[in-house]
Amino acid sequence: MGPVRSGNAGHRSDRIHGQPTGAGDADRYTPPPMSRRIVVTGVGPVTACGVGIDALWSALCEGRTAIDRIRGFDASGYACGIAGEITDEALDIRQHVPKSYRKNLKVMCRDIELAVAGAAAAITDAGLVTRGTDPDATPTIAPDRFGCHIGAGLIAADPHELGQALISSAAADGTLDLHHWGAQGMQNLTPLWLLKYLPNMLACHVTIIHDCRGPSNTITCCEASGALSIGESMRVIRRGAADACLSGGAEDKLNPMAFMRLHFADRLAATAPEDDPASIVRPFSPDARGTVAGAGGAILVLEALDAALGRGARPAAEIVGFAATQNVCPDTVGLRIPAEGETLSAAIRLALSRGGITADEVDAIVPFGSSIPAVDALERHALRTVFGARTPTIPLVTIVPTIGNTHAGSAAVSVAVAARMLRERMLPARLNTAGITDLDANATAARTASLEHVLVLSTSQGGQNAAVLLRRFDA
Amino acid sequence: MNPGTGKDRLNAMSRNRVVITGMGWVTPLGHDLDGVWRRLCAGESGVRPIDRFDASTFSTTFAAQVREYDFRRFVRDPVTHANAGANSRFALGAARQAWTQAGLDGASLDPSRAGIYLGAGEGVLDFGGFARTQLASWDPARSMIDTRRWAEAAATCLDPMTELEQEPNMPAAHLAREFDLRGPVFNCLTACAASTQAIGEAFTMLRDGEADLMLSGGTHTMIHVLGLTGFIRLTALSRRNDEMQRASRPFSRSRDGFVMGEGSGIVVLETLDHARARGATPYAEITGYGSSADAFRITDMHPEGRGPAEAIRQALAMAGIDPARRGADGRPLVHYISAHGTGTSENDSIETLAIRTVFGENAPSVPVSSIKSMMGHLIAAAGSVELIACVMAIRHGVVPPTINLDDPDPDLPLDYVPNVARSCAVDVCLSNSFGFGGQNDALVVRRFIA
Repeated sequence: MGPVRSGNAGHRSDRIHGQPTGAGDADRYTPPPMSRRIVVTGVGPVTACGVGIDALWSALCEGRTAIDRIRGFDASGYACGIAGEITDEALDIRQHVPKSYRKNLKVMCRDIELAVAGAAAAITDAGLVTRGTDPDATPTIAPDRFGCHIGAGLIAADPHELGQALISSAAADGTLDLHHWGAQGMQNLTPLWLLKYLPNMLACHVTIIHDCRGPSNTITCCEASGALSIGESMRVIRRGAADACLSGGAEDKLNPMAFMRLHFADRLAATAPEDDPASIVRPFSPDARGTVAGAGGAILVLEALDAALGRGARPAAEIVGFAATQNVCPDTVGLRIPAEGETLSAAIRLALSRGGITADEVDAIVPFGSSIPAVDALERHALRTVFGARTPTIPLVTIVPTIGNTHAGSAAVSVAVAARMLRERMLPARLNTAGITDLDANATAARTASLEHVLVLSTSQGGQNAAVLLRRFDA
Repeated sequence: MNPGTGKDRLNAMSRNRVVITGMGWVTPLGHDLDGVWRRLCAGESGVRPIDRFDASTFSTTFAAQVREYDFRRFVRDPVTHANAGANSRFALGAARQAWTQAGLDGASLDPSRAGIYLGAGEGVLDFGGFARTQLASWDPARSMIDTRRWAEAAATCLDPMTELEQEPNMPAAHLAREFDLRGPVFNCLTACAASTQAIGEAFTMLRDGEADLMLSGGTHTMIHVLGLTGFIRLTALSRRNDEMQRASRPFSRSRDGFVMGEGSGIVVLETLDHARARGATPYAEITGYGSSADAFRITDMHPEGRGPAEAIRQALAMAGIDPARRGADGRPLVHYISAHGTGTSENDSIETLAIRTVFGENAPSVPVSSIKSMMGHLIAAAGSVELIACVMAIRHGVVPPTINLDDPDPDLPLDYVPNVARSCAVDVCLSNSFGFGGQNDALVVRRFIA
């Protein structure tokens, strides 16, 4: 064996694709079989419904919404006063962090906490042993074969934390004295302040807690981040650089700065004090008037089928197709949505083709379903383009009315729900909508359904689209 | 898995070779490919006093800023990009240079087979507007912000478009708009490793048939009040204010931190088949990519350089290079390593250790240099400009120097190409990038041989 070797030479070498074989000097790199199948073996949503898939799934099936008036901060200065918040009572992060790691809680903003809690839930759901679940046990997945791809948003600094420091540098006229800030004021910030708000810290804390030493990336494409992260994990597993990945996304925009940016983007529903918070979000409805923000996201365990079966896991579903495309936006920020854009439909067609199925074989769809009229129109157009006359008969599953738009976390939540739908052969309830004639999207109770393939869609502010195709896994 | 249909070749068993057909950069040493390269080979420093805001009382008062740059020169219609933030402006200029060099101006492409993978950083916070908002809403009685007043102040002090342009996916959106790319578009942000990781992932996407052409690279500035504040608080920056052009001193005994730079590097990556079909000239081929996580601490690198060594090993393995061997010319098979080389005490020691771990007895025979000594640390964009420097080294047979290396660290025993560029045949390069938090990436790029 020459010095070119994987970091954990010999460990599970029978299953390691794409690593040097040690035989001969040329052609040491053995490409993995492109047919390497990828399954979902664990899901860990963290949403306003609670931590874990059961809390979310029961709310979705029972038609309960977690959207309510904002209580976490005084939102009376904002046009939108409701959201899917995760309160400190609902998520006590200390319960989700190993004791030995709790000293790091002070450098975790809320987005990081959501990812850390989601990863713990996903690992529990998948039945994995990691350094985070038991530091003394042999990990189920060899650390250098375990990747991590967690999508994140632009994390806004906490105005309260910065405010304490900035106010010390206020000049007499109410402006900031930069001389004072440079010389003294900034000393009021904790030395690790920057690290609290870097988007890659979601993945970094998770990789440290669970000892994931394989490829780790942080996709930052607004609402598409979670879906693109899943696509990235698939690529990494297929090329043989990992056998399993923690994959998904998380974000909490319910803080003054991020929430203000959402208002600037003109995507939120304006609400009045007398409005019923539960009924505001109405995806695809003629009277849809905007979305509401939700804190949350989901981390999934994606595994190569060979690895999953090798350890006796029971996959929830297989991911058979993924594709990404870019919208041609009239404006680069993607605030004006192209109503007739053909690139979301192109992503759907590619995902179906890569999954080896036709449009007729899709049994249900989890669209972004944001209730932003222009984005609803974009999705509606893409669905009609691909599914034609069959469009009104395909059940759409909408999650935003229950938990709000979780942004970088949204598509990962959708994939987690799609996997559960396939396992249970169940369509969750839909809330609030009526009068939709061209889509199967009106309010309804949960019902059983023969589900083989579920399609998940994601489209972002900025124009990134992704489509993920899941298939029921029958062992 | 069934084969894809039509032009989608994702599931094809055969793998594409991936070549670089165009390069562009916007850097503190200029905004044209050859000019910047000349200045790198001459050992020039782009470091000056910060003049974008008054940093005179900060513990670090200097940086390597992009100067005299006007992005409007590089775009078809500046009005389209009127709101573009600094990162988008840098990326548009770098991408146009790459696009033109690749012969793509006026070329007909299938936009659905052309994508983008950037490692673009967070946009620049409007610190003035933000500070006004903060101060206007401070409630001294409760010693905290009054969020109702904060929202009201923000609505008047902040510009909506400036805020929305801070999303890290905005540079990619601008490039998609400018060059009409409708295939897969990703942006990643793994701190200082981002653009190396972006290029690595774009490379594998092309290799495996997800697209025919990708614009890839990075763009970033953190030379703004809160960026400088954040790194000062981390004690990561050099404080050599009295001799700032000597402050970025990777691998020297007296190194005391990195120097902030800014800018963008963008490459056109294509499958060899696609490049050939349209008659493009491949300047180099990407043959290896490795990616790992330290899984150690958010503030420190693993003391044995575990993650960096693993990323380097993977990249070399994918490229089919045995670091223990030497070629017919008696040299190791890697002819130049573009180091992450930030000039922090920790990075330079641990990167050196990682190189020694992987290359063993061959390590002292491989030239290693850090162009951060001249253009500072471009953060998310650093890896992209360093990869371009590798391609230029291959083309010109010159290795750029590590300047300010007049005080070598006796514990760092490699050949860091001190102070003066070196002429030597360069066919194979390794480019390293390691991010805060432990995400590590390495690329192997080699001379294109048909």
